[in-house]
Amino acid sequence: MMGQNTGTQSGFFREAGRLTLLFAEIIRSICTQRLAWSDVLYQLYFIGNRSQTVVLITGSFTGMVLCAQTYFQFHKVKMDSASLSIVSVAMASELGPVLAGLMVAGRVGAAMTAELGTMRVTEQIDALRTLATHPVDYLVVPRFLATVVAMPLLTVEAIAIGIAAGWFVATGVLGVDPAYSIKHMLHFTEVNHLLMGSLKAVVFGGIIALIGCYKGLNCGDGAEGVGRATNDAVVHACVGILVTNFFLTMFLRSVLYPQ
Amino acid sequence: MIEARSIIKSFGKQSVLAGVSFVIEAGQSVVVLGRSGSGKSVLLKHLVGLMEPDSGEVLVGGQPLNRMTERQLLEVRRKFGMLFQGAALFDSLSVGENIGFAMRRERKLTVDEINRRIAEMLELVDLPGIQNKKPSELSGGMKKRVGLARAIAHRPEVLLYDEPTTGLDPVGADSIDQLMERVCEQLKVTSIIVTHDMRTARRLGRRILLLRDGKIFLDSPASVVFESKDPYVHNFVNGIANPKEVGLL
Ligand SMILES: Nc1ncnc2c1ncn2[C@@H]1O[C@H](COP(=O)(O)OP(=O)(O)O)[C@@H](O)[C@H]1O
Ligand SMILES: [Mg+2]
Repeated sequence: MMGQNTGTQSGFFREAGRLTLLFAEIIRSICTQRLAWSDVLYQLYFIGNRSQTVVLITGSFTGMVLCAQTYFQFHKVKMDSASLSIVSVAMASELGPVLAGLMVAGRVGAAMTAELGTMRVTEQIDALRTLATHPVDYLVVPRFLATVVAMPLLTVEAIAIGIAAGWFVATGVLGVDPAYSIKHMLHFTEVNHLLMGSLKAVVFGGIIALIGCYKGLNCGDGAEGVGRATNDAVVHACVGILVTNFFLTMFLRSVLYPQ
Repeated sequence: MIEARSIIKSFGKQSVLAGVSFVIEAGQSVVVLGRSGSGKSVLLKHLVGLMEPDSGEVLVGGQPLNRMTERQLLEVRRKFGMLFQGAALFDSLSVGENIGFAMRRERKLTVDEINRRIAEMLELVDLPGIQNKKPSELSGGMKKRVGLARAIAHRPEVLLYDEPTTGLDPVGADSIDQLMERVCEQLKVTSIIVTHDMRTARRLGRRILLLRDGKIFLDSPASVVFESKDPYVHNFVNGIANPKEVGLL
């Protein structure tokens, strides 16, 4: 069957090729077909509803632990009040989008694969096609657009709560001066950091939806096929996010800070 | 109208269709018989381009499906209505939304007209007033009937039925038979019915195709098939297992 030949190099390239074709079909559908806005809004609601809590929890605790660890090191060189600026730069440009991406991949990407995969094994995708509807138009495009819109929003949320939680730990628990913390944070954090985080989030959203839908549409037979596809979708999306993140950092750095 | 030219299809090492050819004229009603696993569903899927043959081709209205893109195939499929073996209702949508799906996507009718058509279709399949139920609330037989309503709602020219009466009680099966007969005669549609229910075959099969070992073993008018002296055909239509195959002898 399609999509089961993974793990080998040729499997990797075949998969990459098919993902590219699916992406092209999505773009084509967005440009040429009438968009069902109500479906996009429903998906947006679904994504927000499902991932809100986990994103807030991971964002806040990561901000807290990062702040504490930075303080422990900076304290040795009497730079206590700079701790929060490390948290804010790291959250805005790296951790915010990556954490939100990993959480959304686990919550939303997996749900997409399971839903579309179940539709495939129960022949609902075939039924859709006989009712003269392209699965990409009806199923993939609303999910893709919704994820691409939701990811930056969730990312900004993770960044904000991460910094707030870090500030709370720094000032409330570790006794750092609140006013200087804020002053240094504002001094070192640039709009470009936030911009980088948001752009990354858009790309990660695309990766999550693309892989989630692809794995679902091409899943193997039966409950086992759906299970494996869901598992694959989460792992591949997470790896994809972490690998892409590095290249995006290098690329966006050169775009946002031209020499 | 629909022509299959030596279709060959295998899944991995397993050969399912090994050179299937036939022509079905517009308005004909054809029954496809065959044991479970003989490739009847696979054959039906080839006729609407849901599966691609390894070799050979399918022509609908003289156009070969092989060379079409998925979007071109969608246009061709507007002419078709298909009842799937497991009904394949969209389980995130209500019964009414399932039946009105194609009409709503086409945007030719108003919401009122579509709702009226949905009610009419449910009336027709003996399930009036269940528009707002979810497929998960229905029994297997009810799902089949809703699937049938969905297949005929947009008034297709060709109807493909995959085991329409399997899993229904005898009365329910008979009502589906009557319904298919009525649809076939009144709407002048071409019907291709895959079944192993001999009652359906007797009633609707003006012409019968018998699939065996991936080939059309027999292509005859119904009368010939039911009087056939050929042992395989005779046993098949009378539901007699060959003792040798069962392993008793
Ligand atoms: N998508 C598929 N992938 C692999 N094998 C398949 C697929 N669809 C059908 N088959 C195999 O083809 C054979 C015929 O299936 P099918 O057409 O469903 O039989 P039936 O005549 O009972 O409808 C079966 O042995 C089945 O295992
Ligand atoms: Mg079948």
